Amino acid sequence: MNRILTATVVLFLLALAGCAATPTAEQPGAAVEDRGKPVGPPGVVAAKPKPDTGAKPLVEKPLGAAALRDPGNILSRRSVYFDFDSNLVKDEFRPLVTAHARYLQQNPGAKMRIEGHADERGSREYNIALGQRRSEAVKQMMQLLGARPDQVEPVSFGEEKPKAAGHDEASWAENRRGDIVYQGE
Amino acid sequence: MIKEFVGATSGKFPGRPHRLLRAVAFLISLAALPAAHAALTIEIVGTGATQLPIAVVPFRAEAGLAQPVTPVIASDLARSGLFRMVDSGGLNPPPYEPQDLNYSNWRARGADAVVIGSVAPLSDGRYDVRFRLMDVARQVQLAGFAYTANASQLRLTAHRIADVIYEMLTSGKGVFSTRIAYIVKKGKRYELQVADADGYGAQTVRWSDEPILSPSWSPDGTRLAYVSLEQKKPVVYVQSLMTGQYQAVANYWGSNSAPTWSPDGRTLAVVLSKDGGSQIYFINTDGKGQPRRMTFSSAIDTEPNFSPDGELMLFTSDRGGSPQIYGMPAAGGDPRRLTFEGSYNVTPRFSPDGKSFTFIQRNGGRFNVAVQDMTTRQVQVLTDGAIDESPSFAPNGRMILYATEVRGRGVLSAVSSDGRVKQRLTEDAGDVREPAWGPFPK
Repeated sequence: MNRILTATVVLFLLALAGCAATPTAEQPGAAVEDRGKPVGPPGVVAAKPKPDTGAKPLVEKPLGAAALRDPGNILSRRSVYFDFDSNLVKDEFRPLVTAHARYLQQNPGAKMRIEGHADERGSREYNIALGQRRSEAVKQMMQLLGARPDQVEPVSFGEEKPKAAGHDEASWAENRRGDIVYQGE
Repeated sequence: MIKEFVGATSGKFPGRPHRLLRAVAFLISLAALPAAHAALTIEIVGTGATQLPIAVVPFRAEAGLAQPVTPVIASDLARSGLFRMVDSGGLNPPPYEPQDLNYSNWRARGADAVVIGSVAPLSDGRYDVRFRLMDVARQVQLAGFAYTANASQLRLTAHRIADVIYEMLTSGKGVFSTRIAYIVKKGKRYELQVADADGYGAQTVRWSDEPILSPSWSPDGTRLAYVSLEQKKPVVYVQSLMTGQYQAVANYWGSNSAPTWSPDGRTLAVVLSKDGGSQIYFINTDGKGQPRRMTFSSAIDTEPNFSPDGELMLFTSDRGGSPQIYGMPAAGGDPRRLTFEGSYNVTPRFSPDGKSFTFIQRNGGRFNVAVQDMTTRQVQVLTDGAIDESPSFAPNGRMILYATEVRGRGVLSAVSSDGRVKQRLTEDAGDVREPAWGPFPK
């Protein structure tokens, strides 16, 4: 029984890790607490944790700093992209922002900077302000999700530090973003 | 030591005994010897509607100098776009004194004015430099001055002479003795440089591997404010050009940027995000004390700029839905929208006489330099580049310096306020951007 449980748990964790690596199909809420819902590949059913089996209950543990650098973890993804002239955090980035907000909530000593960027068109100072709007939009969402305001410093680099050097829409789109940088990185 | 000697008969010049001295003092204080070559090369690509034909005859005994004076004078006058240089060679002997001049000869060459002069070494190793500006038609002297200068001051002396000639013949103040600040990007390195208005003597006053932007001159020309990203966020610094020392004056929570000096030199307007959004605040120039908030919107308010009398402040705001230029009393009060053409008007900078402001207007995807009259609200677009930015008036209000791109390279350009005179300034080794024209030397 133990072995089946362990195998099931391992498969389940692998499946979760697989989900985390997919760009748009995150389901961070699909934790073990969900009862009765099958997760992972078909044919595998997660078993409810039973304290009397001696196995440790699978609860959502606060993740440590290693998770921030784990390429398998959503926390290692740090960039939120924006549409032209917009500071709206699109739905596809909600899971990312949520994961980081949760990390901050669980690690009260952790702090981050959000570096807002703008594409190269237009006045440099106005672009500093546009980048600032974007970093503040990300911060606001994190605050709603449990981060303390002093844990998140929103700053802007405007158009000054582009990731993509081209002068076309593809490059501009790459440069309209907010980057999450934890203190000490 | 520089002394001015007024030897003019019909010139109407007040003596200016102290300006030259102070200008020289702070040139000397900057560094060792100024560079003998231009880091910034300036070419004329457009000239004025009318050009005054003038001949500058090489001065007596200047040929042996390490720094001849008349080529600098001629180059200054030509670069202004308002003068056409007339051939001054081929005379044997060349004229150095008024009595040497054959006016019919100069009339035949088409010159309206002739500049003659001399350089003489003094016993203490310095030089006596004197010139006269002669009117060809009336055959009278319009101005004449003498200067005492050491070898490293000869370029500045030439600029001062060119200023006098310019003022006498165009009724406007010359800007040949002024300086410009700008940022050069060479690979990953950013350099804040200050050079003479003709591109010579460029000095790097601050460098960093992180971007530097938004340089702003103090009204007395002794300090620069600017933004640096070296602390991984925008921070406003003030640096003394005399000592090279700098300090952060605005490093509040979030971003700090867009510094500009009040005309009395006591206040900096800056943009801070510490209370959320980008808003304009006044701070002390030493950064001490509490910022005083001046704008109160939930929009972007940025790029403040004071009127020359200190009464008004222009700024860029998108509180109406798109970035436009607004004005408000510098003492505080309700902003009034000033620009109504198009959906993107930014970077306002007052003219030195306060009657107009230059700004960047986006037209169908192109960003161009424009000027709007404060009274009539009439707009004139002066440039036709694709990405023109960062316009800055010369202190005589006649030229606007700005940043643009030519074949993918960042260069500076200058255009006259009637759009006719055009100059291009290129840097040998990198991309130039963010120019700021300095004030008249005091």
